[in-house]
Amino acid sequence: MGGRESELVLLDENGIRCDGRKVDEPRRIMIKAGGLKNADGSAYIEFGDNKILVGVFGPRDVHPKHMSNTDTGILRVRYHMEPFSVSERKNPAPSRREIEISKVIKEALQPAVILDKFPRTAVDVFIEVLQADGGTRCAALSAASVALADAGIPMRDMVAACAAGKVADTVVLDVNNEEDQAGQADMPIGYMPNLKKITLLQLDGVLTPEEYKKCIETGIIGCKIVYDLQKKALHDKYFGSGGEQ
Amino acid sequence: MDNRRKYVIPGDVVTTGPYRPEQNVILEGSKIIATTVGISEIYDDSVKVIPLTGKYIPKINDLVIGKVISHSSLSWELDINSCYVGFLPAQDVFGRDFSAHADDLSSKLKTGDLVAARIANFDRTRDPLVTISDRDLGKIDTGDLVKISSSKVPRLIGKRGTMIQTIEMATNAAITIGQNGWVVVSCENPEGLLKAKKAIQMVDEQAHIANLTDQIKEMLESKGES
Repeated sequence: MGGRESELVLLDENGIRCDGRKVDEPRRIMIKAGGLKNADGSAYIEFGDNKILVGVFGPRDVHPKHMSNTDTGILRVRYHMEPFSVSERKNPAPSRREIEISKVIKEALQPAVILDKFPRTAVDVFIEVLQADGGTRCAALSAASVALADAGIPMRDMVAACAAGKVADTVVLDVNNEEDQAGQADMPIGYMPNLKKITLLQLDGVLTPEEYKKCIETGIIGCKIVYDLQKKALHDKYFGSGGEQ
Repeated sequence: MDNRRKYVIPGDVVTTGPYRPEQNVILEGSKIIATTVGISEIYDDSVKVIPLTGKYIPKINDLVIGKVISHSSLSWELDINSCYVGFLPAQDVFGRDFSAHADDLSSKLKTGDLVAARIANFDRTRDPLVTISDRDLGKIDTGDLVKISSSKVPRLIGKRGTMIQTIEMATNAAITIGQNGWVVVSCENPEGLLKAKKAIQMVDEQAHIANLTDQIKEMLESKGES
């Protein structure tokens, strides 16, 4: 994305972005663990105007049988956007983009989950995007790791995700839809805060080496903000609103 | 003891130092990290996390309640509320002189029947083998099935069985708890049955509350008067 000419002022002279945020300010984030009775684990996230529901099943029998692995459990992820999630109706059939995001989220969760205790089983993660507004893959990944923890799947660490990007020659945290369309770069980052490891790193756009470093640092700060909310969501569900003992 | 218990979520560092990692923790460098949502406990030389969620994983010698899903000419398959199906060989019920063409498996256990069984053998290479040839095991004829989360079973039993004794004494019900989270309640008095089921569900919902046994006692007694 080379940055299209547009009427929209992405960053004004006071350092305020098109939706009124500062450069290092994420959108409003709300995460709730649980909520779906029939799934083994679930989570709901509101990330700005993104609304995403995640259900997790498993460990359970693998169908088709040939996919099963006798050494370990397998992880399967489906990212799906509802037809009404965007302004123009989206065909509900999986698109090229959705198949890619499913794969990317699966690979971002894989280093966190420990499935070798459940050979011949599968853990299925179903992500439904109810409303999309840029940065759904990060929001979906954050919600998916809360849902996995809610389902009791053993994990090395939670995966928190947040995007950073370059808008009007400035590195900003948490790129929204307008900034993604008209900005210069978008970099989603998935991060395990306790292990200090990155599990997802994509980049759409062009950055100098310095900007690249700054983008990663900014993104990781965002991930830590998301992580605190993930933690709070699980504490609220399992230990009451009292939080820490 | 109490200051050694902590609420943890996956990724939380439980402790650092020379401890032996037991259930639901992993050793990462010198840190011991929780892998599930639960309560961490540190003993003299080991650390474990008691999970608050998760599917039942069979363990040898566990008593479980199973539901017959289907049978072949040699064995039954039991739903034991786990990611694996329980395998009950026909010899176990008919004895050594079982013959596949002379004996009809559905004459003993039909699809949908409830069975109290024990996990005889289980390892990661095959499905759990269950047995019903023991005292107190076998087909369950009467009673209602209550499903709770398997991670709450220790809470339902309580310390040295206090919780379950409280419920049984107050309602005169006979309660069989499967480690897989399925519980069979039978009681001659319908009111007692309802009350016992309600108490079990209350334990499932409020397992994290500290003095739950007293609250259950209170609930059971107050309903008795009204």
